[in-house]
Amino acid sequence: MREGFSPSKYLRPGLRFPFCPGCGLYVLSDTFLRAVYELGYDDFRKFCFVSGIGCSSWIPSPYYLADSVHTLHGRSIPVATSIKLLRPGLHVVVFGGDGDIVGIGMGHFIHAARRNTDILVIMGNNMIYGMTGGQVAPTTPLKTRTTTTPYGSFEHPLDAARLAAVAGANYSARWTTAHPKELKECFKKALQMDGFRFIEVVAQCPTAYGRRAGFKDIGEMLKWFRENAVPVTEAEKMGEEELEGKIVVGEFVQRRRLTLVESVYAVLKEAAQKYA
Amino acid sequence: MGCEKGTRAFLQGSEACVEAALIAGCRFFAGYPISPANEISEHMAARLPKVGGVFLQMEDELASIGAVVGASWCGVKAMTATSGPGFSLMQETIGWAFMTETPCVIVDVQRVGPGTGQATKCAQGDVMQARWGTHGDYMAVSLCPNSVQEIFELTIRAFNLAEKYRTPVIILADETTMHLREHLLIPPSESIEIVNRKKPKAGEQAFFGLESVAPMPSIGEGFNVAVTGSTHDERGVRFTADPTVHRRVVEAINNKIRKNIDDIVEVESYNIEDCRVGIVAYGITSRAIYEAVDEAEKRGVKVGYVRLKTLWPFPEKPVQRLAENAEKIIVPEMNLGQIVNEVKRVAGCTAEVVPLNKIGGGELITPEEILDKILEG
Repeated sequence: MREGFSPSKYLRPGLRFPFCPGCGLYVLSDTFLRAVYELGYDDFRKFCFVSGIGCSSWIPSPYYLADSVHTLHGRSIPVATSIKLLRPGLHVVVFGGDGDIVGIGMGHFIHAARRNTDILVIMGNNMIYGMTGGQVAPTTPLKTRTTTTPYGSFEHPLDAARLAAVAGANYSARWTTAHPKELKECFKKALQMDGFRFIEVVAQCPTAYGRRAGFKDIGEMLKWFRENAVPVTEAEKMGEEELEGKIVVGEFVQRRRLTLVESVYAVLKEAAQKYA
Repeated sequence: MGCEKGTRAFLQGSEACVEAALIAGCRFFAGYPISPANEISEHMAARLPKVGGVFLQMEDELASIGAVVGASWCGVKAMTATSGPGFSLMQETIGWAFMTETPCVIVDVQRVGPGTGQATKCAQGDVMQARWGTHGDYMAVSLCPNSVQEIFELTIRAFNLAEKYRTPVIILADETTMHLREHLLIPPSESIEIVNRKKPKAGEQAFFGLESVAPMPSIGEGFNVAVTGSTHDERGVRFTADPTVHRRVVEAINNKIRKNIDDIVEVESYNIEDCRVGIVAYGITSRAIYEAVDEAEKRGVKVGYVRLKTLWPFPEKPVQRLAENAEKIIVPEMNLGQIVNEVKRVAGCTAEVVPLNKIGGGELITPEEILDKILEG
């Protein structure tokens, strides 16, 4: 009989996550570990984790009992790219925040989607630069007060999940920490696919975001996620103004496009036959 | 082509660099187009798949060096090539490679700077960037070839030093040397020394910041290795505020180079025990010193030189010995004075140190210009 789910067997002994009480990243990590368990993996031998800089990037490094590469701010995806190509048998999973993946790391994100690089990118989107104290991010909703937008944010936020779909990803989805069941199914589906897979997890940051944005507690933030979540299918029928401030959730793309691993290994096979 | 002592070839510097890298065991290359380093990428793109290696053209230099570091952690020898502007973009990740003790080779084919400067013209302006380009305390290793033959030899050496000391190694080449076409002798493979990194034994858990160079596991081998550029203990666990852990790891990455300077430093020297005038030169500029020395000797002036094949760590000992005998030391450089300050630092008290500088348009320093300096005063 297989043992029941226990997060501790996937975690490095003697360490504890450094996240603030009520942080959405606890739910994100726990949901991911459950998905891994339900897919039948009892350890991370078949995984390699790559992350950048920021709170979300600390999920796997060094807390997961696995090979993990903690890179620089924004640079996880190129590092994950070569690892996947040279270790094609591993699940290469990138964890990063919104600032890391679609702020400073935006170029790599789009190009990995374009190449359909066989990695799963999980972006914890807390809509803020949390680790550095709460500065405005490319994902911060309009008019939100942050430490660097004391009069309210005056820039439009980015729709990362839609961007990944347009740029060429095999799979792109968005859920929030108020939707752990849907999120878990997404993780499971994405882990069984090839090519570039992107899952955006809108996650509450009570410390750096909620406080200044006027939320009284975590419950209020989760309520905000639930009440403003609009399924992709419904969002398609809505106008731009109607969608202002909404969180579109669900799957933005799911397809089977030629992947980078397939292409690179086809080149290697051809060269080997030609020059053997 | 073949002869008993190896294979003779007539190659461009870039081709020699690629062939040497493949012989050294390089099986991954990632780069971004930039003059005058494109030929290296182009040859790699053609050659690597034939030997089962992976070539990637990335979206920028940050991605290129990132992919190189990732490849190295898969146990694959990896390299990138660029020029000054791209080298600047790579600096943060090069620092990450120092901190994570990642063997890799970075070729910088120097061109005229700063800024875009003159993209296709030769210069030697990246000497200090190769030493101090990234932030924090580290000891850079940088090799500086002056011929196609030496590009070949130093490329293999760069991989060997990278593997031996688990550190990035920079080949600080220049546009002219990399574009030269010269005869090259490729020695028989059994006579070429190839160094591979030390691997951990099953159950080992200490992979960073050890007294001697730590063993390096690869991803996928079951070691659960935690790689981080943040301050870390020997297991790779982050300590972002502890002064003791920081001192330990940073001193270790510095000491492994500092304590092995004699192994890393290589120079070509001539007449350093018996000369009135000395020359310290490197790279393409050092090609002009031979004729200048001959001409000076014909005029009765004894000249000795130290040609730096290793630029960093700076070859202090041979330069000091030169200074003990020479009254003045000429330092020709295609910049406004970079290595000359190192020469002054180690020799300034015992000899007069005279810079000879030329920048712009890729114009090389000529033997006549060096001869004039020798005969001056």
